[in-house]
Amino acid sequence: MTAPGRRLPKGGGLPWTLRLEPRLAAPRWLSPALTAGALVLALAISAAILAIVGANPGKVFLHIVSSSLGSAGAISDTLVKSTPLILTGLACSLAFRMRLWNIGAEGQLLLGAWAASAVVLVPLVPAGAPAIVVLPAMLVAGFLGGALWGLIPGLLRTRFGVNEIIATLMLNSIAFAWIQYWVFGPWTEGGFQMSKRFSQEAWLPRLSDLAASIPALRGLTVHGGFLIALVAAGVVWLIVQRSAWGYEIRLIGDNSRAARYAGIRIARNVLLVFAVSGGLAGIAGMAEISGVVHRLQDNFSPGYGYTAIIVAYLAKFHPLRVVPVAILFGGLILAGREIQPSGVPAMIQGIILFCLIASEVFLRYRVGITRRMPAAAGHAGRRG
Amino acid sequence: MDLQLIMAAGIAVGTILLFAAIGEILAERAGVINLGVEGMMLIGAVAGYATAVSTSNPWLGVVVAMLAGGLLSLLHAIITITFRADQVVSGLALTFLGTGLARVLGEGLSNAGSISLLPRFSIPVLAHIPILGPIAFTEQSVLVYIGYLLVPTTWYWISHTRPGLNLRSVGEEPAAADALGVDVVATRYRYVVAGGLLAGLAGATITLAVQPGWFGALTVNGRGWIAVGLVIFASWSPFRAAIGAYLFGAVVQLTLAMQLPPTIFGLSNPFFDYHPNTFFLEMLPYALVLLALVAGSREAMRKRIGAPAALGIPYARGERGR
Repeated sequence: MTAPGRRLPKGGGLPWTLRLEPRLAAPRWLSPALTAGALVLALAISAAILAIVGANPGKVFLHIVSSSLGSAGAISDTLVKSTPLILTGLACSLAFRMRLWNIGAEGQLLLGAWAASAVVLVPLVPAGAPAIVVLPAMLVAGFLGGALWGLIPGLLRTRFGVNEIIATLMLNSIAFAWIQYWVFGPWTEGGFQMSKRFSQEAWLPRLSDLAASIPALRGLTVHGGFLIALVAAGVVWLIVQRSAWGYEIRLIGDNSRAARYAGIRIARNVLLVFAVSGGLAGIAGMAEISGVVHRLQDNFSPGYGYTAIIVAYLAKFHPLRVVPVAILFGGLILAGREIQPSGVPAMIQGIILFCLIASEVFLRYRVGITRRMPAAAGHAGRRG
Repeated sequence: MDLQLIMAAGIAVGTILLFAAIGEILAERAGVINLGVEGMMLIGAVAGYATAVSTSNPWLGVVVAMLAGGLLSLLHAIITITFRADQVVSGLALTFLGTGLARVLGEGLSNAGSISLLPRFSIPVLAHIPILGPIAFTEQSVLVYIGYLLVPTTWYWISHTRPGLNLRSVGEEPAAADALGVDVVATRYRYVVAGGLLAGLAGATITLAVQPGWFGALTVNGRGWIAVGLVIFASWSPFRAAIGAYLFGAVVQLTLAMQLPPTIFGLSNPFFDYHPNTFFLEMLPYALVLLALVAGSREAMRKRIGAPAALGIPYARGERGR
């Protein structure tokens, strides 16, 4: 054995020990291969758990595929579900790239939806204004609502050193109660937990709106929010990969100490990234109520902001990769609505995330298993 | 409003947070953040409840709940200690996994009917202490009393025993501890799993003692995260965690009680008159955690007490931390 293998201090009473040797460089194919392997493993584990609790894993997976990709309508519905996931996934990717753990995309999404609703329900634009005025106003309001909600944990961290994970989670709960206050209280429609339906000027156009001239589009629910999400992905990619600001974000994420020595103002970047991240999640909220539900209600998000964490992680914080990953998870959420037991999608998401982070050890280390021989002299470790 | 009753209920509810927070203190003192408390509590809650339903033995439920929480934390230990993966992400994954798995396992449990709960009793002499007696020692669940004992025990263990010294050294200076012959990996494993056992116990405290029943993810309803916040507020001290947990429980009970009476101190009650206003009461505990964190971190800065120095950093012999 030539390489100086770093042994773990102890392998318990097992007949073998795990050996991790740091890699200097990983081959290019390894990262995607590991991701694919982790996904396959995650599905296998999920299937095993489903079989143990008495569900039929084959049926569940077949259902997921057929109800998310089985027809043009199903694919369209998948894209609808993926729209908020792309935007919140971008929000998380941007923050995570700087190692800023914004777990608050859910709350920022809710506040964005609330602010966009305020444009219609207060109303902040005169009633009867055309869509060309109302929709941009809602978009801006959604961005600002999410951005301001995102600035709170940013300020708490830069001013008081409060951990942003706990802060954003608390703010998610506060945001949910805030939405409930408005849909049960001032904006309620006859005491139900929803506002009145928005007028048509506040609806993002759908593909099916064109069905009169192109019959094939009938029933397709994809709305303008999907385009907004794609544009946002491009913009975030430009910011992160091609701008000076993005360079600062990446530098802080990779080595915050070096960044500080290089004269980069960390606090300012924390605030800016939190604001833009929150704003992206806010747009997701706007797109969801303007493109899908057409009113504010308290339960319109099945936890998009939390799934976004996994989306961002699976995309390795790369803005453009967020799009396909979000579409994948959009299909999972869509199919998950009818799956029993109802916790299955969340469970699968957790297992996927676990397998992903576990797989990364192979990227950073050569992992070997060494057998413990009674006579230690002269045995060579097998490399995995 | 009977303040004494509210405080007594606050202590019971606070016990849930206490167990989870003490568990997290142990793990973090060893240098490992475990953000999966919410998931471990849910798994403990469902495992304990399901066991009690099927065996009608709540004590067996407590044991199974702790084992379930411990098992989940073992996963976190393997990923973060042996594989040296990011503790934050692994903890988040644990929350997802625990929440989803608990909902899968808890399918149909919500209408399981009534179960026999853990015993409640009064402590003979202590119950007669004025004010404190009726609040803390009258008709509380046995787990509440176990909570009282756990606080000084944990404090003594951490501050005044040899294993406690090893625990602290592993969390502050793992390389030095390693050089002195402390098994860093084994110590971290032990305390991460201890944290999981206690998080499972916290879950069982909900379903088998304080708020019996299974309500899906709402059973724990974010209290695992509040416990994580409490640890920072408590500056990793069991006594401060206890104060925080009981205070927090009392505030939560107070916000519930404030919704009921038509008048408070002779004034008309805004939370009774207009039901949507109660959502502001629901925000209050979370806002309180934020305020506590602001206050706690200011104090920590002033007194120069901070997190364990090696918190969040994987240990590899001969390598510098990231």
